[in-house]
Amino acid sequence: MRILSRVHFYALVAGGIALCSFDAATAQESAHAVKLYNTYCVQCHGVNRDGNGINSAVMAVKPRDHTDTKAMGDTPDETLFKAIKGGGLAVGKSILMPKWEGVLSDDEMKELVTYLRVVSKTSAK
Amino acid sequence: MRIKILIGALLGLSTLGMATGSGAAQAADLLSQQCVACHAIAKPDKTSLDRLWERKGPDLYYAGSKFNKAWLVSWLQNPATIRGGGVMFAKVTKAGADHSVDTIDAAQVPAHMKLSAADAATAADLLMALKGDGLVAAGGFKNEPPNSMASMLFSKLRGCTSCHTAKAGGAPTSGPELYTAGDRLQPDFVHAYITNPQKFDAHTWMPSLGLNDADVQKLTGYIGTLKSEKK
Repeated sequence: MRILSRVHFYALVAGGIALCSFDAATAQESAHAVKLYNTYCVQCHGVNRDGNGINSAVMAVKPRDHTDTKAMGDTPDETLFKAIKGGGLAVGKSILMPKWEGVLSDDEMKELVTYLRVVSKTSAK
Repeated sequence: MRIKILIGALLGLSTLGMATGSGAAQAADLLSQQCVACHAIAKPDKTSLDRLWERKGPDLYYAGSKFNKAWLVSWLQNPATIRGGGVMFAKVTKAGADHSVDTIDAAQVPAHMKLSAADAATAADLLMALKGDGLVAAGGFKNEPPNSMASMLFSKLRGCTSCHTAKAGGAPTSGPELYTAGDRLQPDFVHAYITNPQKFDAHTWMPSLGLNDADVQKLTGYIGTLKSEKK
């Protein structure tokens, strides 16, 4: 430590953080999306993300299976975003999908759309 | 945060031990210490998603605007499960196998402590004094005559029963049961909560349904009729 001045030491640490920050930021965002999903979506869409949440047993319309690559692949990002923000009615689907506007921010809803692409093994559309 | 909870829990445990031999004069202090081990009895400085996952019991800082006192006195002596999945359902939800529905691991849901009749009465008095300033507007519920559409709104059109069990014995869902809501809750609270759940906790997983007041009035009236059968 004597060779390195304190300023140099901090500079090195800062440099290291900067190098890692891109990946770290992406990982952090995705961890946040998982937390959001596990708080708000999982009650109906389920731990396996396949529409079998604890509430789904009593629901007249079964929640969307987010692992369904075909159906999710056919759904544009904009529609997913609209469904989250405005609820099922906003995209001509069931009222049982509530609107999450007022609970989630637009950025959080975008994170969820990105995460849904991972869950469904589809790409942005 | 963890340390605070631990201290709270320790206080709770030690007071539990002391309470058995103490006089009623100390009850107020002891009870308030026991309750705070799991419940917020003052408005939290800051709510967050993490707090929802960490807290051990529902917030009680607006208990006096939420509960009916007679129900509190009775429930504290004989607590029946209100939230089948505990205070945060997702922590005790188990994945369903082979595309079956997820289940709640009931063994992980702690039972609420039972109080003696005297302690329950004292605790109820303390809780009824916690009004949660301004959260619940008195007179929000207009007590209009029952509407035949209300039950349809509740079970089908507005989807309440997706998350709230409306019949005793139903499988646990993500929200508190509502089949004793008429005994338990003040109508003005029900009205205020449905209107804007995020006013009570910005991060709660009850969505803001954006219903018009006419619907909220009907739903509040209907929920008030849901009472336990043993009377």
